Amino acid sequence: MIENAAYFAFACFALAMLMNLWKIVTAPDIADRILALDTMFINAIALMVLYGLALGTEIFFEAAMIIAMLGFVSTVAYARFILRGNIIE
Amino acid sequence: MASLFEFLVAAFLVMGGVFGIVGSYGLIKLNDPMSRLHAPTKATTLGVGGVLLASLLHAAVFEEHVSIHELMITLFLFLTAPITANFIAKVHIHRQETRETMPPAGEDDHWATHDKPEDEERRTAGRPDAAQ
Repeated sequence: MIENAAYFAFACFALAMLMNLWKIVTAPDIADRILALDTMFINAIALMVLYGLALGTEIFFEAAMIIAMLGFVSTVAYARFILRGNIIE
Repeated sequence: MASLFEFLVAAFLVMGGVFGIVGSYGLIKLNDPMSRLHAPTKATTLGVGGVLLASLLHAAVFEEHVSIHELMITLFLFLTAPITANFIAKVHIHRQETRETMPPAGEDDHWATHDKPEDEERRTAGRPDAAQ
């Protein structure tokens, strides 16, 4: 049962990432593009955790944590760059 | 007992997957930029929360080691999602909206994020703490 549920979740998040990719390509404004990239980071964290669950290992949590931190910092940096023209004033 | 936990893990996984796909579908489906901000910041965060809960339960019950990493990631995501949403909303406000297209700001005539330097001076002119 867990295996099938994990396959379902894999499919959902993979499809979600494809939708994010589509949105990045067709976004009307840069705010939507930042939002799609941020959502893509979150979906990547979910896929990483799912992979760790499916293989039964622990080592992917560090990777997921690093993706979470980099995602937050890069989203804020991108938004700040658009707002102010530079990141650290 | 094991089958109950198995069911619970599977339920969390399915819930997480559904919320994840709803969040990303909302991102391409909704029309208004501020509505689009709504879907990923809430639904996707909940979806990741479901997957992380499933992983936590799976590790604790079937692999017999309790790990705190999942809780750390969940906490981090729940803390940072509103901050990124705020930044993205601000990018939208400054690139797409003007003072005239914003909704009414109550007792003021515009929102503070659209302040110009002279507005700042005018607003603080009558206050005792404005000297410095």
